[in-house]
Amino acid sequence: MRLTEVETAIWVTLVGIEGNDGAEKKLAQFGLFTGDRARVVRRAPLGGPLLLDAGGREIALGRSLAHKILVEPSACGSP
Amino acid sequence: MRIALIGRPNCGKSTLFNQVAGYKANTGNMHGTTVACAESRVRVGGEVVELVDMPGTYTLGGSNPAEAEVHRYLGRLPVDAVINVVDASSLPQGLELTLELLPLGLPVIVALNMLDEAARRGLRLDGPGLGARLGVPVLPLVASKGRGVRNLFLVARDSANQKRLPAEGAPRTSDARERHVLAEGLAAEFSEQGERYLTLRDRLDDILLHPVLGYVALLAILLAFFQLVYGFGRLLEPPLLALFLSLADRVAGLFAEGSLWQALVLGLLQGVAAGVAIVLPYLVPFLLGLGLLEDLGYLPRMAFLMDSLMHRIGLHGKAVVPFILGYGCNVPAVMATRTLEEPRDRYLAAALATLVPCAARISVVFGLVAFYMGPLAAMALYLFNLLVIALTGRVLSNLMPEETPGLILEMPPYRAPTARAVINKAWFRVREFAVEAMPALIVGSAVLALLEFFRLAAYFNALVRPLTWLLGLPAATGVPLIFGVLRKELSLIMLGQALGTTDYSSVMTSVQMFVYSVFVVFYIPCIATLSALKRELGTRATATIAAITVLIATVAAFAARIALTALS
Repeated sequence: MRLTEVETAIWVTLVGIEGNDGAEKKLAQFGLFTGDRARVVRRAPLGGPLLLDAGGREIALGRSLAHKILVEPSACGSP
Repeated sequence: MRIALIGRPNCGKSTLFNQVAGYKANTGNMHGTTVACAESRVRVGGEVVELVDMPGTYTLGGSNPAEAEVHRYLGRLPVDAVINVVDASSLPQGLELTLELLPLGLPVIVALNMLDEAARRGLRLDGPGLGARLGVPVLPLVASKGRGVRNLFLVARDSANQKRLPAEGAPRTSDARERHVLAEGLAAEFSEQGERYLTLRDRLDDILLHPVLGYVALLAILLAFFQLVYGFGRLLEPPLLALFLSLADRVAGLFAEGSLWQALVLGLLQGVAAGVAIVLPYLVPFLLGLGLLEDLGYLPRMAFLMDSLMHRIGLHGKAVVPFILGYGCNVPAVMATRTLEEPRDRYLAAALATLVPCAARISVVFGLVAFYMGPLAAMALYLFNLLVIALTGRVLSNLMPEETPGLILEMPPYRAPTARAVINKAWFRVREFAVEAMPALIVGSAVLALLEFFRLAAYFNALVRPLTWLLGLPAATGVPLIFGVLRKELSLIMLGQALGTTDYSSVMTSVQMFVYSVFVVFYIPCIATLSALKRELGTRATATIAAITVLIATVAAFAARIALTALS
């Protein structure tokens, strides 16, 4: 499933990033790689960005970018 | 000896730099406030050291111009030691850059910054353990309070003098992924997460980033912000103007009536008055307020909230910062576009930011529209301005299809701004205005006085008569419009000179004043902005943007004329 489809506050694992490697490279610069665990904390309305909690930091991701991120739900609860 | 400060955005490099260098760098609680390297000489234990503050960078192989600057600098100039500032609260991410720095063949000192904040979050760090594993000194630091600064620089100096390279056997790899995994492992090993409770940040964000309340708060904050700026300006402007007026009277008496010297000196004085009495009363509170919002950490929240709206004009949320800065001065606005990754985004954001009315143009709007027609009319002009910017953004972004991956931005925690940092930052920017813009303003004003004296103004007025005729403005407005390119507030000051009175309502109708203000708000950015544009985007793009703005100004002012004439 895609990061944009995940409910708020559910821990997920990033399993893949679609598209040519532009998006992957950009995420890597912000320290986001496949295999990382993260959860959506908030969403801005009207197709705005979502706020991702990854490793204690919060990162805002535009919807188009978040749409390219494939995730799998993690085991319940903690990161 | 030269020591470089390197770290991720928003880790406190500039705060540290300012602690020792006396406020040369721009600190702000948002990624990318330092876009170029700042240098300063500092004394460390009796030795003079060149200290370089690098722009925040996530990796040495970064893609935006601010990050490329770091790479360029490290390749070009001999650096004797690197102080790697790491935000203690985000150790895993910070260590990725550290691991990238270790193989550079330079002495590296790691400073774990904002330890106080990490402690508040329940994080316990083992600095010495981490240092032993990395093979470099790892030192504690609370840069905002000056704790650990002295020791850090003494160690850095000794490391540089003894060329103490990172110990062999320290973990190193050239692959970004492996660094990521390695950094995570190190962070897990040497830090311990204690109790984490619902922080003030979470509670504040629940309101300020709320899908509805967030926008209400945003609007309220911006309204309060501009109200305060306007209030302070209105308070200070009249007495300052009166002061200069009486001064001008006295100075005029020193020279023979109608002599060349009298005209010249009065022209110079008017230039000074324009800067001190009309621009500064608005610019100073604006910069103080902006610095406050910046240091509180509100700007990235604005980017988050505004992202979807900015998408409608072909940009993303990060581009909201140049726009806000633009209300102070377009020059920093154009420079701030450097934090955008794509050239297309930078071009578009810079072009649109030059349409934002800066403090100088605000003085024209306040001096003409608000003063004679009331604050509601000024508000209408602002809304009209936003509408035109949105339309222009739509048109331009359709001409340049979007290919950007979109917004990505770290949301920093809120931080309590210190009065000293805010005041000094505002002071730094005001000084920039005084040094770079004031001379142009004063010379321009004197040149105009000479034009008047030799009765040359009529030629200039004739030159732009087609335009002033089209907009239904008095012919005499030609000269102030031409000279407005030097500094926008000249369009107001010189209007007084050109019309022979400062009671504009006696020679211009309200419609004319509104149309004139609309044109001034949009047409060619001032000379300082043009030179900033040229630096960032090149000559061709600058010429194109200038041409576009004249076109927009003409169309918008003409539309305003037609609409207002029909209304009244």
